[in-house]
Amino acid sequence: MKFRTAILAVGLALAFWAGPASATVTFKFAFQGDLKSLDPYSLNETFTHGVLGNVYEGLTKRGKDLKIIPGLAESWEVIEPTRWRFHLRKGVKFHDGQDFTADDVVFSADRARGPSSDVKTRLPADAKVVKVDDYTVDFILSGPNPILNAEWDTWYIMSKKWCEEHNSLTAQPQAGQQMNFAALHANGTGPFIITEHQAGVRTLFKRNPKWWGKLESNFDEVIFTTISNDATRVAALLSGDVDWADPIPLQDIPRVNASGTAKVLQGPELRTIFLGFDQYRPELRYSNIKGKNPFKDARVREAFYLAIDEKAIADKVMRGAAVPSALMISPLLFDLSKDFVRPAYDPEKAKKLLADAGYPSGFEVTMDCPNDRYVNDEAICQAVVAMLARVNVKIDLLAQPKAKYFSKVLVSGGYDTSFYLLGWTPGSFDSWNILANMYRCRDEKGVGGNNNLGNYCDPKVEELTNQVLVEGDKAKRDQLIKQAYEIGQVRDWAYVPLHQQALAWGVSNKVKVVQRPDNQILFYWFRKE
Amino acid sequence: MSAEQGASLSLTPRRRWLSRLLDSDIAFSFWQSKLTVFAAAVALVIVLGAMLAPWIAPQNPFDLKTLCLLNSHVPPAWQKGGDLHFLLGTDDQGRDVLSTILYGSRLSLAIGIMSVAFAAVLGITLGLIAGYAGGSVDALIMRAADVQLTFPAILIALLIDGTAHALFGQYRDESATIWVLVLSVGLSFWVQYARTVRGLTFVERNKDYVLAARLIGIRPGLILVRHILPNVIGPVLVIVTINLALAIILEATLSFLGVGLSPTQPSLGTMIRIGNNFLFAGEWWIAIFPGITLAALALSVNLLGDWLRDALNPKLR
Amino acid sequence: MLAFIIRRMVQALLVMIVVALIAFTLFRFVGDPVNQMVGIETSAQERELLRQQLGLNDPVVVQFIHFIWSAVHFDFGASYQFKQPVIDLIADRFPATMELSVVSALFSLVFGIPMGVYAALHRNSWLSRFFLTVSLVGISLPTFLTGILLIFLFAVSLHWLPSFGRGDVVALGFWTTGLLTKSGLKALVLPGITLGLFQLALIMRLVRSEMIEVLRTDYIKFARARGLPDRIVYFGHALKNTLVPVMTIAGLQLGSIIAFAIITETVFQWPGMGLLFLKAVQNADIPIMSAYLLLVAFIFVTINLIVDLLYAAVDPRIRIDLRQA
Repeated sequence: MKFRTAILAVGLALAFWAGPASATVTFKFAFQGDLKSLDPYSLNETFTHGVLGNVYEGLTKRGKDLKIIPGLAESWEVIEPTRWRFHLRKGVKFHDGQDFTADDVVFSADRARGPSSDVKTRLPADAKVVKVDDYTVDFILSGPNPILNAEWDTWYIMSKKWCEEHNSLTAQPQAGQQMNFAALHANGTGPFIITEHQAGVRTLFKRNPKWWGKLESNFDEVIFTTISNDATRVAALLSGDVDWADPIPLQDIPRVNASGTAKVLQGPELRTIFLGFDQYRPELRYSNIKGKNPFKDARVREAFYLAIDEKAIADKVMRGAAVPSALMISPLLFDLSKDFVRPAYDPEKAKKLLADAGYPSGFEVTMDCPNDRYVNDEAICQAVVAMLARVNVKIDLLAQPKAKYFSKVLVSGGYDTSFYLLGWTPGSFDSWNILANMYRCRDEKGVGGNNNLGNYCDPKVEELTNQVLVEGDKAKRDQLIKQAYEIGQVRDWAYVPLHQQALAWGVSNKVKVVQRPDNQILFYWFRKE
Repeated sequence: MSAEQGASLSLTPRRRWLSRLLDSDIAFSFWQSKLTVFAAAVALVIVLGAMLAPWIAPQNPFDLKTLCLLNSHVPPAWQKGGDLHFLLGTDDQGRDVLSTILYGSRLSLAIGIMSVAFAAVLGITLGLIAGYAGGSVDALIMRAADVQLTFPAILIALLIDGTAHALFGQYRDESATIWVLVLSVGLSFWVQYARTVRGLTFVERNKDYVLAARLIGIRPGLILVRHILPNVIGPVLVIVTINLALAIILEATLSFLGVGLSPTQPSLGTMIRIGNNFLFAGEWWIAIFPGITLAALALSVNLLGDWLRDALNPKLR
Repeated sequence: MLAFIIRRMVQALLVMIVVALIAFTLFRFVGDPVNQMVGIETSAQERELLRQQLGLNDPVVVQFIHFIWSAVHFDFGASYQFKQPVIDLIADRFPATMELSVVSALFSLVFGIPMGVYAALHRNSWLSRFFLTVSLVGISLPTFLTGILLIFLFAVSLHWLPSFGRGDVVALGFWTTGLLTKSGLKALVLPGITLGLFQLALIMRLVRSEMIEVLRTDYIKFARARGLPDRIVYFGHALKNTLVPVMTIAGLQLGSIIAFAIITETVFQWPGMGLLFLKAVQNADIPIMSAYLLLVAFIFVTINLIVDLLYAAVDPRIRIDLRQA
């Protein structure tokens, strides 16, 4: 009797110890930053958009090669140059069970352009969105716009009823205390459902059995954790605690590749890292020069440009995982970029230019820099500081976490900076996005060149930008873009473009992934063996 | 009066003090313990290195003009790819590790010593006052001490540092960071001094020589400084040595957590934070050498403190 | 005795009020709460309305009382970073920190006391010297350095233990524990050792020096002279008297462990209150900072109070003093 009970006990114990018998396929991934808000309109950030892109969907999406493909809209046509008609997919349901209809599209269009939305530029502000019937929507524009839906892969459709029911009619503001329901819960139409969300710690996704499409991924559940410490993140990847980790610090790439458990995918990224100047205020806020603004003088900007040895930065700080850039856009996205050459490093000329501009012994200025947003951002800033010291410009480096950094230098902080480092990916993969956001004039409220932090302003560039928007002929359009860059960059030295960084996805050997140059993590294409 | 007495009386007071020190029990116990001598030697080497840094360091890592990015990630001189100019290798910005250790120790020691000095001065002063005055003054100071004692040093330091960040974040410059650190670390440690000195002052206060001084009419301040203070110094010294190691470690911890000194002015803790990112990638020299220095410094100061405590403890003699 | 208890409790209350004052000053006067809450588009009128609503125009005393009242009801406002109520964020992470702290405290006691006793009894053996070296290293190595080295050795090189996080946790009511799962237990080992090493060294040295002192005392000599076996002398008499001051210090150190958890949690990415606090300091998230301050002060004050009362109850000398007083 005792013997049998013993066997039973051992058997039960073994059963428990063996763990769950099911074959749930779980995908665990980790990123350096947090998923701060589940509200898809509250933050215009690549990582947020990417992750939410598995839960929410737009009318159109982009495929693995970045070409535009149907999403929640099955097809569309341009009836007149100023009227686009979208035919919506039928039988699609939100995760809470409600049907997806044209009402949701109209609501989402208004919400995206509403107060405190950070994705206002996804649609033209004056476009009218009209419901034709339950599954057809018209977009009526004030002028022709060949790239209307270029950024719609990150404009996600939300449920009108759900937002109304949960008091989330406006987006969660960046700086704000209201705890918006939409920021803490997600209700999309996509292939994965968020079942748990602990901001700053982890988020749980489960497969959506009722999704309208055919799911390539074989994941049953997905777990996202934030690991801000680089070494810990790499250790987690190598020990198998996570299947995907980003970014992998450049110096750890050889080690990961040699590990046998994982490897690093280093495709090109479309993000350009650059330096910008406050060219607008009559006196710089954070400098020792009083009564005038050194950055208003193009010679000073040129001096800064020439004083920085970008090749050394690309080789040493970025360890070769960066492509020095002459323009603010990746050469992959602009055919005529080969006509532009990046001026060579020339510190002697830089000193001479500074002397000519009236600063023979240099000057002091504070530089704003994020320290957890871009690859080796703080290290790049430190290198820049050292290089500028050689031409007698003393930089006081203020490196901060991105939340603090963005709330200072962007519109919500009143563009409070004199000299800064920033990164930018054109969401539409087209130069108009660069010109409109970086080179157009703006006002205090950010109307116009919203991300033109230093407010570089030239009327001819303004005019060219507007022409680019409506020009349908590609060759002519490229010429207009080239002209705009020649004025803004070559003549005026508006920015100091540094490089396009390379992606560094650490991926477990058991997982097959799809890596797009826009660095969005769309795990509905991933599979685990 | 014999010849010997005459001879000893003719020595000047300072030389008498020095020879008394060298012949004393304390000095004897010092030379007896090989470990203590070794610890003192290590500490001395580090302190001397730090003090003489501007003259003996091959490079001044705080002068950004001398940094060359092309010299970054160089391994120590005895390894393949090493360079004799950079004996212990370079970090990710081209700073020579040896030089940075020398200059960084300077900062670490300076901040450690200044904060301990600040804590000691504050603590001793308050302790003397509390012990001598008694009554409500004593009660007030001791209540303040109680409040502070509920918090570990690191919490206080983080709080002060964080508040300074929030208040002055936009306008800070690099020298301000040092003062904020001295303040944070110093304010975390004053209580031990205050309590010890207060207790000892209580005892001394009732002794005859103090009563005599008061009768004569000597001012309380003078009594405290000239008479009571020398008698309470002994235990204070012991606290100082323990404190110094803790202060150095605290500053290193704050820098490691990212709320201390910035990379343009690195201390040992900052270097370890930077080096930590490269440790697993095989560039171990950026973190390990400063780590060894920090550990050696703290260890030797602790050993000295141990010896001092044993030497000054009458019960163990 | 009762008077003593009441006096200590009043003292504790006083400390809490002072801390609340500091937390309130932080909360209200460091940075402008309104600017943190609204975007740049908000007009001056709307800001003024918001000020009115938040009670920022009331007299400072009223605001302070309101602050304390809310704190007692666990309402600490909302975090600037996460836009969620601070109390939710802290409650989420509280079990993680407490578990880690208690495990490290136990680790330091379970190993520290025997090591200290051995080192006191066999003062010149090589094992004693080894223990003393370990303790010296434990006090001198900064916590973060220990953590990094342990991760490098056990997680990355040997793959024996996990390098981050808590592993799988089981939810029991509002508490989450990692003690009931294999991965949870494995995840506790390295952070527990890292956090507990300093305390281990401290306790070991304390036990050793206290025991040495006790062994010199007359009554121990008499006990030996009576012919009592060593075991009874050492463990029956000496150890009991050694442990009293040790336990009080160990209790007080629990507070210190909770604070040092900040570092350990950072190195191991342990999702506890410490990591939350550090991120709050880096991001100037004042509501979290002041709430953490209050909560941690409360824990410390309570521990101190309990330890003081226990000490008075256990040590007969104090009880006699009190009766006479």
